[in-house]
Amino acid sequence: MPCKKTALNFVLAALISLILVGCAGGRADDSLYQRLGGEQGVDRLVGELLDEVHADRRIAFLFEGTDRDNLHAVIVEQICAETGGPCTYRGLDMRAAHSGLDIRHDEFDAFVEDLIVAMERVGVPTPAQNRLLAIFAPMREKVVFQ
Amino acid sequence: MTLVSAGPHRTVAALALLAFSGLAQAAGTGQLGTGGVSTFEGSGGGGIVPWATLSGYATREEIDATAFYTRSELDDYRLDVYGASVNLYNRLELSIARQELDLVTLGPALGLPGASLEQDVLGAKVRIAGDVVYSRMPQVSVGVQHKRNRDFLIPRLVGAPDDDGTDVYLSAAKLFLAGLGGDNVFANATLRSTKANETGLLGFGGPGGDSRRLRVEGAVGLFLHRTFVIGAEYRSKSGNLPGLPEDDWFDIFVAWVPNRHVSLTAAYVDFGEIATLASQNGWYLSLELRP
Repeated sequence: MPCKKTALNFVLAALISLILVGCAGGRADDSLYQRLGGEQGVDRLVGELLDEVHADRRIAFLFEGTDRDNLHAVIVEQICAETGGPCTYRGLDMRAAHSGLDIRHDEFDAFVEDLIVAMERVGVPTPAQNRLLAIFAPMREKVVFQ
Repeated sequence: MTLVSAGPHRTVAALALLAFSGLAQAAGTGQLGTGGVSTFEGSGGGGIVPWATLSGYATREEIDATAFYTRSELDDYRLDVYGASVNLYNRLELSIARQELDLVTLGPALGLPGASLEQDVLGAKVRIAGDVVYSRMPQVSVGVQHKRNRDFLIPRLVGAPDDDGTDVYLSAAKLFLAGLGGDNVFANATLRSTKANETGLLGFGGPGGDSRRLRVEGAVGLFLHRTFVIGAEYRSKSGNLPGLPEDDWFDIFVAWVPNRHVSLTAAYVDFGEIATLASQNGWYLSLELRP
């Protein structure tokens, strides 16, 4: 019996310290931003991404009326902010940014595919690619059919 | 159900129809590897467990079709399966499979050289909630597999009362992006209601009244690369036939998905005792093609 209690206490202690470490590490972690190559790396990545989507006939039309330089700056800022970089995202929220575009699921998936191609092209390591996708994937519901 | 009972030519016609309806459009745009592969029962999943994912890469706006061929070589049996499935708008999956289990050892021993157990499986699966990649909640699907023996002689001889049966299952699946270190991890759990003996190859039900029961199945996968997955599956089993105990099934698999049109899966399977022959282990190979 005492043995069981000790084991339970140990598990509880381990869980609590995990939670504490998780909370403490949350905001200050800029490791993904660094993995993406910091300011220069993210800038290059977004350049490749926009090259890719403008050449993708499945979704290029969605970007036709958009000022490329402005879009570039907004996406760079958003990736920087979301990955722990020293930026604050000042663009529109995701729903407002895609309002009226009526983006479909296949178009969203095409964009994700282009993002993966762009990340491969600028040499983002696969684990960092996955971490970036994990941040942006749940945004789909705020992007499609707005 | 009527498709299978109407005979083999109808079944083949249904297969062709399924494949053709997919050919009308290009393959879907879903992310590579997220559609899983085709199970030996035709439903989208792994090898032996139907997953909550629907076969192929159709998004909400698309239709995708899959054809597959699978061979598994065990100590005393050889399983051949071919079939097809169609994914309609990432909402509904319809599938068909024809299984042939060659009784390599038992056949000659019973004085029936060349004997085999054969059945057709018609499947339907509906995604009822979530998205395996894009939602925080898991993708949840409910499915049915209607199975019918093509030759009931041996199942009847060993005591199975029915030559057809319908499995119903509920599955939940989730892809955890960067879930393990930076690698993507997949998990699926399935709950199945069935009265099948050896997944139906030995008929359905037994001498002891109502034989429907719940079984738990699971799968995990790890993407070593965007085109390469390793994983394992588990399927709990128990039959209704006296004197023919069944074991739970396990497999360890690697799947290579170079693009949306082809997948190749290789597995080591441990099926335990099947129809009195103990420790049936072996390999499993499955090829998928999409237009």
